[in-house]
Amino acid sequence: MATVVVEPTVAERPWFLRRPRATTGWVSWLTTVDHKRIGVLYGVTSFAFFLIGGLEALLIRLQLARPNGRVLSAEAYNQVFTMHGLTMIFLVVMPLSAAFFNFLVPIMIGARDVAFPRLNAFSYWVFLAGGLFLYSGFLLGGAPDGGWFGYAPLSVRLPGPGMTFYALGLLILGISSTVSAINFAVTIINLRAPGMSLMRMPVFVWMTFVVSFLLVFALPVLAVGLVELFFDRRFGTHFYNPAGGGDPILWQHLFWLFGHPEVYILILPAMGIVSEVLPVFSRKPLFGYPVVVFSGIAIGFMGWGVWAHHMFAVGLGPVANSAFALSTMFIAVPTGVKIFNWLATLWGGDIRFRTPLLFALGFIAQFIVGGLSGVTHAIVPSDYQQTDTYYIVAHFHYVLFGGAIFGLFAGIYYWWPKVFGRMLSETIGKWHFWLMVVGFNLTFGPHHVLGLQGMPRRIYRYAPNMGWDLWNFLSTVGAFLIALSVLVFLANVVWSWRRGRTADPDPWDARTLEWSIPSPPPPHNFDRIPVVRALDDFWHRKYAEDREGRLTPVVAGGAQAPEASAGPGAHERSEGDEQASSEYGSSGHASTGAEHGSGRHGIHMPSPSYWPLVTALGLPVLCYGLIYSAALAATGGLILLAGLYGWVTEPVAE
Amino acid sequence: MTGERRTARRALRWGVALSLLVLLSACARNAPQDALEPAGPYARQIDTLFNWVFWTAAGVFFLVEGLLVYAAVRFRHRPGRPTPVQVHGNPRLEIAWTIAPAALLAAIAVPTILLTFSLSRRPADALDIEVVAHQFWWEVRYPNEQVVTANEVHIPVGRPVFVRLTSVDVIHSFWIPRLAGKQDVRPGAVTHLTLQAEEPGTYLGQCAEYCGLSHANMRLRVVAQPPDQFRAWVDQQRAPVVAQPSEAAMAALQRGGCAGCHTLNGVEGFGAPSVQTSTVGPDLTHVGSRQTLAGATLENTPEQLAAWLRDPQAMKPGNDMVIPKLTEQEVEALVAYLESLK
Repeated sequence: MATVVVEPTVAERPWFLRRPRATTGWVSWLTTVDHKRIGVLYGVTSFAFFLIGGLEALLIRLQLARPNGRVLSAEAYNQVFTMHGLTMIFLVVMPLSAAFFNFLVPIMIGARDVAFPRLNAFSYWVFLAGGLFLYSGFLLGGAPDGGWFGYAPLSVRLPGPGMTFYALGLLILGISSTVSAINFAVTIINLRAPGMSLMRMPVFVWMTFVVSFLLVFALPVLAVGLVELFFDRRFGTHFYNPAGGGDPILWQHLFWLFGHPEVYILILPAMGIVSEVLPVFSRKPLFGYPVVVFSGIAIGFMGWGVWAHHMFAVGLGPVANSAFALSTMFIAVPTGVKIFNWLATLWGGDIRFRTPLLFALGFIAQFIVGGLSGVTHAIVPSDYQQTDTYYIVAHFHYVLFGGAIFGLFAGIYYWWPKVFGRMLSETIGKWHFWLMVVGFNLTFGPHHVLGLQGMPRRIYRYAPNMGWDLWNFLSTVGAFLIALSVLVFLANVVWSWRRGRTADPDPWDARTLEWSIPSPPPPHNFDRIPVVRALDDFWHRKYAEDREGRLTPVVAGGAQAPEASAGPGAHERSEGDEQASSEYGSSGHASTGAEHGSGRHGIHMPSPSYWPLVTALGLPVLCYGLIYSAALAATGGLILLAGLYGWVTEPVAE
Repeated sequence: MTGERRTARRALRWGVALSLLVLLSACARNAPQDALEPAGPYARQIDTLFNWVFWTAAGVFFLVEGLLVYAAVRFRHRPGRPTPVQVHGNPRLEIAWTIAPAALLAAIAVPTILLTFSLSRRPADALDIEVVAHQFWWEVRYPNEQVVTANEVHIPVGRPVFVRLTSVDVIHSFWIPRLAGKQDVRPGAVTHLTLQAEEPGTYLGQCAEYCGLSHANMRLRVVAQPPDQFRAWVDQQRAPVVAQPSEAAMAALQRGGCAGCHTLNGVEGFGAPSVQTSTVGPDLTHVGSRQTLAGATLENTPEQLAAWLRDPQAMKPGNDMVIPKLTEQEVEALVAYLESLK
């Protein structure tokens, strides 16, 4: 694709096919194909959804603060808890991870963009469209109200339009994730800088790689289930209707065959972030890099063989239950290995308690709790008591909030200076961390007790004499502490924007390639494509290590000296490197498939385009049409086709 | 740096607080639906296994969190500290901490699988009961005793009860935490569960699989009785209604369209319950003898019953009981009659 350079013929095209040229202003954001800007769009959008999902959580906690709560009606409560789950999973943790993939992966592997930049923009717009589509249910007669795993046949029989929005909305979001996963897998396979062998990739890139494969294989399974659900609802088919020869359990198998890999899709990126943060702030390499990588891969494979542990109480029989109990216990092993390797990374280090590290430590401490309660779920008989209670609510919040969200916050604090060129406040950051830790544990710790004391999940009210009052009240107090901590974070953002110190290229004295370029990075990332000679290549350019593992700063007057007093910082590459870089760099780049165009420094960068946005807009229109009218569906289809037509007939760059 | 020492101290304090929370969770009391207070052998076997795993997990928790806190405190940055030795890994250690958890898990797996199989068997001397789940109530049938009731499962103390479960609409889950684990109840399939109570008493439970608008209002209870009292209860339930409705009550029953969904064994125009087929609404032949109403969400008092009859949708949103608005006289007549049906 890239080797054929079509000469631009702008003047000959009618106005509506003319290429956007803006590099600033809102049009530039609508048409950008720059992976960094798309990353920022993903981050901002998913954070907005995080605030919405958080408000829904506060409503839930207000309703449950006292017995027989009257804040919400049963109808509203069921929509709110369903949307809270859908939001946090599909509109927060997944796209927030995608924000990090987008911004970081190309830079970390020494590339100038992803393999398919316009497809990348398309993924973002489809994600936004899917999120808005899902939420539009609130205005159109009811949001999804069947729980995030939408068990059939309830999901078919619920009277409001909500579960139709659910089926189509998740299909749209699935398209976004699938497309972006393919993009990242191809990017990581093909666009690595010279010398960046697989086993020299940062762990975060490895985790992105594993997650990309999980997404590509898991989402089609969900898509099958969702299409069948939509058909059952819209056209009266009987996929999940036992009276018509269907089987409700089919949905559960399809959903959890997607759903369990999904759990690792949510947690592995955060594990990758923690694996980047710990070494930097303990000033030691990651302990057992190959083992951590291999554990991630092992989890990726084993994650496919445990889905029925979500279904122990369904009645699959003792043989199936025992088999899935065993596989579930085994998957705890590579997870445990990761924790021990992180501990060993800290061990003997020179640990600096900056905010990113605090969040990473919070991740480990709380993930351990979630992991251990996970093991109690693998004990089939014990799970007969715990499943579908607040105990499981506690478990997955310890994994997905105490784990994933804390890991993502570690990443936000760690890479903020790189993305925005300004430091966040350490003081405000520490307030944020401690408030969030206290709030989180106060909210979800009591859920363990509630679940064991018999409180089922998804109940909009409970009787006063159940012994649950105190724990529910404490949990609600905790939820408001979490909300306060999020406000503190927003204050930190404002502080950084107004007063934050300008960030150096390498403010943490870090190890990976993104810290070797300015903050924020220029559109083309690297003036010269780097040549990688080792794992943590950037670190080894700054420090030499002797046989006993002692560090000595490499003496050179680098322009990118970090703040740390420990060493004079980055040194310039040696003569040989320069040569290799220009040799491999140019040819390496030409063969990468990054689109050509005239950018600065004679570097070809892809041009902005309207078509990803137009194409993405077609999807929600098409889906509204599937609900309301064939004409609207046809219109959506036409928009989609028009978008694709414009896309394929447009030169990749001009 | 004092700031960092403070951080470390705070981390330590937090670790202690978290541990206390875990301990508290182990000794919670006074909850009638508490899985940690088993009242029969099936729930107790689960509880024993859970306790075993819980304390093992607690040990792992203190070990690993302890190591984390220790490392954070011991290796915190202090001025003048030499740069750390760059350790890249240690295969022997890593193999050790792969094998150790694997061994621990294997040890837990053995009793898990044994109990999973033993819980799935039907005990030879079991009493057979069928439970049919509806949105949002439980129909309870005793096929050998020819008894049908709702939301209240009477069982004899000391005898295992084998419950066959099915649903007429969506998936529900049958759960009496103090007597057994939960079992999903599926349309188009029959699942089963064994429970047993050691002492007479009332044991609370509720639907544990989200089943729609009033999932929260789909509760039930088990009443465990000494065998002779259980026999007496069976005899009482098999009998037709103890009294015929007054004229006013009959008129109200007719205007409410009650016979469309409910059965009243022995009243003209109403069918009798059958252990073979489900009815749309609960059998009312002995409704006055039950402890609760409306999916065990209301105490069975005249006031509550009246409130229910005035507006069933307000008491339990989304339930199938859609009736014309009854007058106060009709409500009064119905309450008087239904409460008399012991």
